[in-house]
Amino acid sequence: MNIISARNLALWYGDNKALKEVSISIPEKSITAFIGPSGCGKSTFLKTLNRMNDLVLSVRIEGTVEYAGKNIFDPSVDVNELRREVGMVFQKPNPFPMSIYDNIAYGPRTHGITNKARLDEIVEKSLRDAAIWEEVKDRLKKNALGLSGGQQQRLCIARALAVEPKVLLMDEPTSALDPISTSRIEELAEELKEKYTIVMVTHNMQQAVRISDYTAFFLLGELVEFGETEKLFSQPMDKRTEDYITGRFG
Amino acid sequence: MDILLKKEQQINEDDFMEKRVKRQLETKVIRKRKTYEASMKVLMLASTFLTGLLVVFLISYVLIKGIPNLSIEFLITKPSYITEKIGILPDILNTVYIVLATLFIVLPLGVGAAIYLTEYASNKKIVGAIEYAAETLSGIPSIIYGLVGMLFFCQFMGMKTSLLAGAMTLVIMNLPTIMRTTQESLKTVPQSYREGAFGLGAGKWRVVRTVVLPGCVDGVITGCILSVGRILGESAALLFTAGFAHAVNGLLDGLSAPGATLTVALYVYAKEQGEFGVAFAIASILMMLTVLINLAATMVGKYFNKKKN
Amino acid sequence: MANKATAFLIGWRIEMKKTKIIENIIHGIFLILGLITVASVLLITIYLVIAGIPAIREIGFFKFLFGKNWASTAAEPVFGILPFILTSVYGTAGAIVLGVPIGFFTAVYLSKIATGKMRETMEAAVSLLAGIPSVVYGLVGMLVLVPGIRKIFHVPDGASLLAAIIILAIMILPSIIKVSITALDAVPKEYEEASLALGATPIETYFRVSVPAAKSGIAAAVVLGVGRAIGEAMAVMMVSGNVPNMPSLFQSVRFLTTAVASEMAYSSGLQQQALFSIALVLFFFIMLINVTLNFFMKKEGKEA
Repeated sequence: MNIISARNLALWYGDNKALKEVSISIPEKSITAFIGPSGCGKSTFLKTLNRMNDLVLSVRIEGTVEYAGKNIFDPSVDVNELRREVGMVFQKPNPFPMSIYDNIAYGPRTHGITNKARLDEIVEKSLRDAAIWEEVKDRLKKNALGLSGGQQQRLCIARALAVEPKVLLMDEPTSALDPISTSRIEELAEELKEKYTIVMVTHNMQQAVRISDYTAFFLLGELVEFGETEKLFSQPMDKRTEDYITGRFG
Repeated sequence: MDILLKKEQQINEDDFMEKRVKRQLETKVIRKRKTYEASMKVLMLASTFLTGLLVVFLISYVLIKGIPNLSIEFLITKPSYITEKIGILPDILNTVYIVLATLFIVLPLGVGAAIYLTEYASNKKIVGAIEYAAETLSGIPSIIYGLVGMLFFCQFMGMKTSLLAGAMTLVIMNLPTIMRTTQESLKTVPQSYREGAFGLGAGKWRVVRTVVLPGCVDGVITGCILSVGRILGESAALLFTAGFAHAVNGLLDGLSAPGATLTVALYVYAKEQGEFGVAFAIASILMMLTVLINLAATMVGKYFNKKKN
Repeated sequence: MANKATAFLIGWRIEMKKTKIIENIIHGIFLILGLITVASVLLITIYLVIAGIPAIREIGFFKFLFGKNWASTAAEPVFGILPFILTSVYGTAGAIVLGVPIGFFTAVYLSKIATGKMRETMEAAVSLLAGIPSVVYGLVGMLVLVPGIRKIFHVPDGASLLAAIIILAIMILPSIIKVSITALDAVPKEYEEASLALGATPIETYFRVSVPAAKSGIAAAVVLGVGRAIGEAMAVMMVSGNVPNMPSLFQSVRFLTTAVASEMAYSSGLQQQALFSIALVLFFFIMLINVTLNFFMKKEGKEA
């Protein structure tokens, strides 16, 4: 079952064409990794999937992205609802400068949940799902900026989970973290794919091999190759993929 | 069999009801969010509009009421009880004198203080004290400056009520402004310039003179513009230090004599003499000067920004 | 040859010493220039304390601060400044209540939504508002606000606390808007992105994430506004009627600042000393505000 399908998606920043007719179908409840050298369009494409690119003024998009059978660029689509269902975790941990509790409760509150008991429940569940509950349960009222980088990133994942998304987009979620925090996030991602579809941009090929089920290789705005991770890394179809994964450029 | 079917139906109905309740809740939430969104938008637009409207109203009201009362004669004569005509030449001159005197004194002081802070000071406590003092100075109301100026400059220093005493008071008031703008511009002088000069064996003073001082020209100019604006608008600090005489003097005589600046004259004409026509004429001049000064400040800022990049 | 070298060395050393002395003198001069600000603050404080204490002593601390009557020129003069203190407090509070919401919403709009020309024009307009001399505000207030209040509310005299509050609210707008904009502009984009990615709308994001993140800066803006309002003299003098009544919205009132300004010209003896004491009280308020402002500024600096 594919949850997201892009068809001939092209994107310009001003006159600069950043994505060239990308077509891809992302399977549900799996981890898909986007790899490629920096500037290849993998982050741009990721941000298109929940329309975070809308925020850039000079951006122009052609083609379609279907999510749950509907084109997300259709005027009838509520972009806020889309972003609730397709959540995002950023490269740099970015908790709000408020308490841990308020960070998690922010999303649910925005979407209209005001009941205290219900919020408590959501906060605990999200923090548990993001494997950080044990570490923070005694200091939920403390400022989130006091946590370590790795904890902050898991908090951000918990915050994204709190609005009950279907898909989690992760934009190089471990690039700012130390190896131990990185492996915790990776474990977490593997647990989360039971319930969620995860799409992750990574600059680290080992990471892609370790945790992803599918891998997409981008180069100069083009989707060069997409397939099962094992296959893509062992028998790449395209010469450019082979060159990249064997470290000939990067 | 029948019972099972019924049960299933029941479950379906429950499910349906639950979904319906959920949908109702959702539409309620959406409505609430839409209302929030709309009211915030209205508040923001209304506030911004009101602020803009205020500015437009103030400017046009003052100009419309003031400009018809302006005439060449008004600008180049002094008030006369004999002809019962009011001219503002002395007030214009006093304003010019006080601006010149204040800038003349405050510039070396403010620039020097800024150079000390950015180039010389190594003791953190002294820097902290100076910066705190500068902040405090900019928060003190002008009426208090006026009072202390009267006690210190007019009485203690024996300057009597004079433009010079007023200028000295304004020097203290404008010191933080000049300091701050100069400091800002010094920060933009690349450290490598200083290092380069030191590397050539230049002493500190030489470096300051040849590298640092030329770098603070834009800060000094910006500071001057801001200070002129502030001096033009000042009244409370001048009321008891510079007084409110309307005599025409030369620069040096003028400084030792009491005299009203345009703002003080406006106050006196409006509040004490009920000469609103004159007051509005002066107000329109002040308003035009304010607009000019603001334009100059923006233009200078833009010019220096461009030069930097 | 050796002699020449020694002579050169000695000469060089003397030269060095001379340079060093000059450098030290110049350093000293700059230090003195730097310390002028500190000296000015000390001068102001000391003068106010010395000038302000005698009257308080003579009148009595409580009688002076909490006395409800001010009749400085009566045969039996009474010096109670509670009316001035309360007027200043109420006037400032009123200006804040009126001015802060307008300034706040304007700042959010300009910082987050307005773009390009719109923002530039409005910012220029706000700067202009800051640059208009207070006597001009006072003049317009005298001729527009005062008669307006008289007509709208059917009161005998429009020169009142309300007129002063409105004028002050307008006068503090620029500080509030400018400082809030600076604080809002400094909010990291990442916070806003995170909020949008959770499905919050831009406006929800601005008010629920950006504003709380900038709260110290916005608080500083409000405190700055309080300082401006409590210290303003001339504009208030021209519209508030200047009568030492206990404050009431439609009555003529006298502020701490205007109490000093209105009698200074003809006062002498205890009356004049009492005016200095009023200035001391005002100064005390201002210092309190400065400390608060510094607290918020530091907090803002840390958070940014």
